[in-house]
Amino acid sequence: MSTAAAAITAVAADHPTSATEAAGMPQLDFSTYPNQIFWLAIALIIIYLMLNRVALPRIGAVLAERKGTITNDIAAAEELKMKAQEAEKAYNQALADARSEAARIVAEAKAEIQADLDAATAEADAQIGEKATEAEARIGEIRASAVDSVTIVAKDTAKELVAALGGKADARSVTAAVTARLKG
Amino acid sequence: MAAEQQGSELAIHPMHQFLIKPLFGGDVVHWYTPTNQTLWMGIAILCVFLLLVVGSKGRAIIPSRAQSVAEVAYGFVYKMIEDIAGKEGLKFFPYVMTIFMFVVFSNTLGLLPIGFATTAHFAVTGTLAILVFVSVTAIGFARHGLGFLQLFWVTAAPLPLRPFLALIEVISYFVRPVSHSIRLGGNMMAGHAVIEVFAAFAAVALISPLSVLGITAMYALDLLAAFVQAYVFTILTVVYLKDALHPKH
Repeated sequence: MSTAAAAITAVAADHPTSATEAAGMPQLDFSTYPNQIFWLAIALIIIYLMLNRVALPRIGAVLAERKGTITNDIAAAEELKMKAQEAEKAYNQALADARSEAARIVAEAKAEIQADLDAATAEADAQIGEKATEAEARIGEIRASAVDSVTIVAKDTAKELVAALGGKADARSVTAAVTARLKG
Repeated sequence: MAAEQQGSELAIHPMHQFLIKPLFGGDVVHWYTPTNQTLWMGIAILCVFLLLVVGSKGRAIIPSRAQSVAEVAYGFVYKMIEDIAGKEGLKFFPYVMTIFMFVVFSNTLGLLPIGFATTAHFAVTGTLAILVFVSVTAIGFARHGLGFLQLFWVTAAPLPLRPFLALIEVISYFVRPVSHSIRLGGNMMAGHAVIEVFAAFAAVALISPLSVLGITAMYALDLLAAFVQAYVFTILTVVYLKDALHPKH
């Protein structure tokens, strides 16, 4: 029992409060109620003033500002997206234009080349024709001169033959005879 | 208490932690005496100041950590009021926020090893609950006059039942501050008292590991209860506010 007594005294020394308080609930000690309520009221008023005057308007403003910023940013992003789409469309348009332009230029060049080729061909044909007629003329000339030569040779041969046979060749009759024979 | 006085060396005084003592010596607690409770109320005020006033000082679009927490607390209570009581309820946002911040910090500060649980006192929770009860009733009558009494007339029920329901509704209405305050105060008190009991058993070497484990588990539970009870106290306040603003069933 002595240990128990010692323990109780030790406890009593640790907490120098009256036995009634220690046994019951301090929550039900009504003598402290006015004190608690008084300080609670002051605490609540201080917190309320802090919140109502400073903290809540400030946080509310920050939240509203952030909301506004986010909305603006989203709108700006939307706008930029539209711009990008427009740019892409313009780019595609330019590309298509360039393609058709290139095709047109190719066709034009082809036509030009064809025209040049046609002209060159025509010119070459003309030159060939010219050359051919020239050559024909020369062939005719040569043929004519050949006939002349044959006449001369025939006359000469006829004269020599007549002379060899002992006759006296009459130049005019020989020529007439050769001419007659040449005429066929 | 009788058991411990019979020879065991265990000195279990789970309620000692709730004793209200004058802060600067003396034995008498006058209505104006600063007590240990006053000190912890002051610390709670300081915490609210640090979190909501100093924390939001930067007014940053991209918030700092403290500002994020302040914004979460703001948004939490704001949305609660908006969802339950509607846009009209937002007029009372600063009051509800005051209650929430005070209760949540008092609850959590009480869990510090040297802390004092302000909200484990029925004088505190009772005052808060009566404050809510009186202001909500006043708001109800100011807004709707005698129409506020529709709150007790359940039009959804069959007519013969309504008088009985009205009686029950009236009784439940007046029990509100009691349940409102005892729920919070009782939770806080019980949690701290149980930790204290476990702590007392830690003095016995044989069971001390179990006791430490018990303290740890109870502490986790109490931490949860501290936030949940602050939430419950606030949401009930808002629900009562809703009844005052929209008494029609």
